[in-house]
Amino acid sequence: MTAHESKEKKILQGIAVSPGIVIGKAHLVDRSRMKIFYHYLVDQKQVEKELARFREALKKTEEQLVGLKNRMPDHIKQHAFIIDSHLMILNDGMLTEATEENIVREKINAEWALSKSVNKIRRIFGEIDDEYIRNRLFDVENVTERILRNLAGEEQESLAEITNRVIIVAHELTPCDTTEMNVGKVMGFITDVGGRTSHTAIMAQALEIPAVVALEIATREIEDGDLLIVDGTSGEVVINPDDSDIIYYQEKHLRHERYKKSIAKTSHLPAETLDGHRVAVRANIEFLEEVAAVKDHGGEGIGLYRTEFLYLRSGGLPSEEELFEDYKEVAEIMSPDPVTIRTLDIGGDKFASDLSITKEMNPALGLRAIRFCLKEPEIFKQQLRAIIRASAHGNIQLMFPMISGVQEIQQAKGILEEVKQELDDKGIHYDPHLKVGIMIEIPSAVTMAEVLAQHVDFFSIGTNDLIQYALAIDRVNEHVAYMYQPFHPAILRMIRAVVKAGQSVGIPVALCGEMAGDPLCTGVLLGLGIQELSINPRSIPVIKKVIRLFSLKEARRDLNRVMKMTTAKEVRNYLRKVMAPKLAELGLEEHLHGSQGLSAQS
Amino acid sequence: MKVTNNLGLHARAAAKIVELVKRHKAQLFLRKDDQEVDGSSILSILTLACPKGTEVEARAIGEDSEKLLKELELLFEGKFGEGQ
Repeated sequence: MTAHESKEKKILQGIAVSPGIVIGKAHLVDRSRMKIFYHYLVDQKQVEKELARFREALKKTEEQLVGLKNRMPDHIKQHAFIIDSHLMILNDGMLTEATEENIVREKINAEWALSKSVNKIRRIFGEIDDEYIRNRLFDVENVTERILRNLAGEEQESLAEITNRVIIVAHELTPCDTTEMNVGKVMGFITDVGGRTSHTAIMAQALEIPAVVALEIATREIEDGDLLIVDGTSGEVVINPDDSDIIYYQEKHLRHERYKKSIAKTSHLPAETLDGHRVAVRANIEFLEEVAAVKDHGGEGIGLYRTEFLYLRSGGLPSEEELFEDYKEVAEIMSPDPVTIRTLDIGGDKFASDLSITKEMNPALGLRAIRFCLKEPEIFKQQLRAIIRASAHGNIQLMFPMISGVQEIQQAKGILEEVKQELDDKGIHYDPHLKVGIMIEIPSAVTMAEVLAQHVDFFSIGTNDLIQYALAIDRVNEHVAYMYQPFHPAILRMIRAVVKAGQSVGIPVALCGEMAGDPLCTGVLLGLGIQELSINPRSIPVIKKVIRLFSLKEARRDLNRVMKMTTAKEVRNYLRKVMAPKLAELGLEEHLHGSQGLSAQS
Repeated sequence: MKVTNNLGLHARAAAKIVELVKRHKAQLFLRKDDQEVDGSSILSILTLACPKGTEVEARAIGEDSEKLLKELELLFEGKFGEGQ
């Protein structure tokens, strides 16, 4: 460690996307543009030579790309299209012919000629009023960089040749990068940009190594070989830590490992209270790849499959077959446990090419989710067909998001019937008893819950949005985020009303917001009569354990007290007092301050 | 021809046009308003910036140009395989 003592210690905060702690050396993936020199070619012979050199570099680039595509592991094969488009750009006249023309006409070296044609493309693309298309410039620059490296005869930054165990530091990681990478040597990932659904996050979770994204300045602050601590649970990255940091994080790492082991032993036991009341603990997932984690952590099905991911990646809308295969696979793996698929919960603004949809002042109150689907019935029908067809292969349930009243249910079910009729006509099989439910996340749906219950087979309360809409709090707005209070008496009363409405007609009521995964809330939710909790796969073992510490009788008694309280603060303080001994028993004291985590994560 | 797929002439759709042109001997040109581009260049097609609802004119020169245009029409009608 002595070598690092002279270097300044810094701490960066990003978004934690894959848990765990690692301490190791940084490996910087340098994407900065290479310096380009200008040469004037004196005679025709030199021009010929330069052309040949350029064509040789193109050939080499093409070979590399084709090789990359062939080596892509199966689980990211869906991204192969990115490489196809890179190949097409590589053979595009605007890039290659233009460069050759520049070499011949202006008698300049290949590097300079290439950068001239790229500049021209940059100018043309910069004028286009379509963000998606402007972003394709990133692909052009990626290809250009490869050609330049080949021109320089420089080895591609070879991630395959990492020989020591390192922490990868990059501005952003693409599927190409991770395909090239010798992942066995990677201890963790950190990136400047990205979010919970970025490629880096998915890869890190699949590999079960820690990752932190959205650090903004990681590549600027970190030098190759710097000692780093990456905490994929808190989102902290310590650059050039001192000895006390290292000791602190090593202990935290050991605690995390011990805890993981202890949890694994009990995660498959049912979530049953001391007096024999069973609650289903299911998982919220976003990608097919997460199913393994659900199984490992003892999830009894999928309570919320968010389906936006396949629609948001680059390269366009997914086909019905892609959707069908994805849903079918999740259903088959989880069978006989249920998989609740939520139809597209997306704003129209995400379909960037549709310029008719202008930027909305209030996207949370705008054209999204079921509203968007009812306005774009073709997109909606395609997804419904895929879901219904997949229902023949497992226990699938269908769920509509953002329902505000009966009319939307009628419209959505009307379209569902049309789709079923089409499938009947074609003789395609599906589950005729497919259950159809709705998310309860808009206050009007809470008020109308008794009526809505007569039209559907189940409810799932989405507390994240419900709290936001009920308390009129934009949780992303730092000035009011502190008012985002799950324990607000109004929220507890709303949940109680929805459960009662469900019970009155005998349909189950689930809860799938972050409240479901906060151990501080578990007792209250049990007392309220929630029958199913749907949470992040990694929280399943904890919540199951907490449920096993309660008796239903005790939970109801606590709830009666809580329902008499008039402020969120009073409720939270009371629950902390009640939960302290229980969480201490499980070694989970840190969750006592869980409300912090509740407002920090989105 | 009218662009009817939801995403417009995006990278995937543009790539399909380029592939189609490569399979033919004829040259293809696409025109929007007063801008005409080479149909064998994915970047050029992208620069036309054609969202859903755009009218595009196609012109082909060469021996199998009729076949090329017919297949192009099918591609547009089939919404570039983005599903119905």
